[in-house]
Amino acid sequence: MKKKESTLKNMLLSLAIVAGIAGVCLGFVYGLTKDRIDQAAQAKKENALKSVLPAFEKSETLQMDAPDDTRKIEVFKAFNGEELVGVAVSTYTKKGFGGEIDLMVGILPDGTLNKVSVLSMSETPGLGTKMTDPGFYTQFEGKHPDTFKMLVKKDGGDVDAITSATISSRAYCDALSRAYKVFNQVVSNN
Amino acid sequence: MEYIILIISAILVNNIVFAQTLGICPFLGVSSKISSSVGMGAAVVFVITLATLVTFLLNQYLLVPFNLGFLQTIVYILVIAALVQMVEIILKKVSPSLYSALGIFLPLITTNCAVLGVALLVIQKEFNLLQSVVYGFATAIGFGLALVIMAGIREQLELQSVPKGMKGSPITLVTAGILALAFMGFANLV
Amino acid sequence: MSAKINQWKNFSKGLVKENPALVLMLGMCPTLAVTSSAINGLGMGLATTFVLVLSNMLISAIKTQVPDKVRIPCFIVVIAAFVTVVDLLIKGFVPALGESLGVFIPLIVVNCIVLGRAEAFASKNGVFSSLIDGLGMGLGFTFALTILGIIREVLGAGAIFGNKFIDGDGIIVFILAPGAFIVLGFLVALVRQLSKKN
Repeated sequence: MKKKESTLKNMLLSLAIVAGIAGVCLGFVYGLTKDRIDQAAQAKKENALKSVLPAFEKSETLQMDAPDDTRKIEVFKAFNGEELVGVAVSTYTKKGFGGEIDLMVGILPDGTLNKVSVLSMSETPGLGTKMTDPGFYTQFEGKHPDTFKMLVKKDGGDVDAITSATISSRAYCDALSRAYKVFNQVVSNN
Repeated sequence: MEYIILIISAILVNNIVFAQTLGICPFLGVSSKISSSVGMGAAVVFVITLATLVTFLLNQYLLVPFNLGFLQTIVYILVIAALVQMVEIILKKVSPSLYSALGIFLPLITTNCAVLGVALLVIQKEFNLLQSVVYGFATAIGFGLALVIMAGIREQLELQSVPKGMKGSPITLVTAGILALAFMGFANLV
Repeated sequence: MSAKINQWKNFSKGLVKENPALVLMLGMCPTLAVTSSAINGLGMGLATTFVLVLSNMLISAIKTQVPDKVRIPCFIVVIAAFVTVVDLLIKGFVPALGESLGVFIPLIVVNCIVLGRAEAFASKNGVFSSLIDGLGMGLGFTFALTILGIIREVLGAGAIFGNKFIDGDGIIVFILAPGAFIVLGFLVALVRQLSKKN
């Protein structure tokens, strides 16, 4: 078979055909995988919810305005029967070393922090990523913001920053304080 | 102030070559002479800034509204390839002297992963338009800086006696590693 | 018989003699960036192999239908399409890997190995040879990335494939960018030295 001539018509045609077929195929694959991707994201959120809150029977989802920002923050109120057992805030910070960090923060009704789970981040491997190590996150568990200032020690708070990852630790605290702002709104609305 | 921090962090703290290890192929390929590294650096600054602007607008006003996010990669790479071609043609007409200085580096830029990398990163970091362009520009300056520093060192290295097995790319890589270590010192700058 | 030997040569050249990452020095960005752990290196390598094999085959199949001057853009579209497929599959089925590789999956598009093999091999050879070539190159790349990942994880985190064998931290610098450059530098020197002796 001879190679096609490089005329303008041939060039445009072949480029358009290749791009067109590629686009259609991708649309098809996207349709096939979309449900799986959504499910994976959903499962991740549910697991995070279960891990940061005490055992609960049902939960209620609220959309709150993020403080000082235009976006929405998802808040989950967890109930056992009629009793509120905890509130989980899907908070974020844009101050991470590698961009945004998303956290799920579980707070007990009295304002004590229960547990935190990292939803997504792109911090430096080996440094900032240590925020998922127990050595860092357990220091927050069972603490109340009235008695435990959620700022790194360098900034006058009570938080032991991750060694050589002060920026990531600061960002983590920033996300926590955002979660508490939203939590206080939720509580005062009741 | 926010933009100054963004610029410093993109040039020094999160240097695209030394911290994010993107754009390594041209970094290793074109860093043997200072003069050519300056040319390459300038061409990259030009293309990255433009590409970030165009891809950001396309993403915001075409891909997101029509729910075509899955076509992102394909659209971005085509835009970058077309942009590089266009820049080449325009430069040839408008400023032949600049063209002869940058000309040979332009085709290489399409496969410089720093360009596509920055375009994708600004989406991941959820920057707005101005932030994206500033970040793109600063990152490209950081790339140029890395290239020129490396070229300066390699010109000196030519005159040294390097162990036989380490000659060429191994010693270049190790040197880059030591430079990257030095750049880690900027981490507490922001 | 001789055809078989040729295919074997075609396959094995990518593994050692023309190993893309360690000898040809192609595809450096993912090589350095994602090898902070062995599993990331392996995942990235396999994703690249997948793209490489499929794009090599398809490009070889359509090579006579594409006019010369738009050859490269057409190749890039084909490659980008396969990369997106891999991206979607990883996000759907192994989301954890997708998160740790992040932006580097779409960046396979600009991995010089893929376009390089398309241009240097697939656009001149038959479909089957291109498949073998892509497989050999891809596995060679995977091999290099996994080795690099293992070395960096052992030194930097004191672990192999996520199983820690020491308490506390390793030498953290090895999982950071500087460690990537330095380990790769010595690895390239080692491979050169070994292949010279043969």
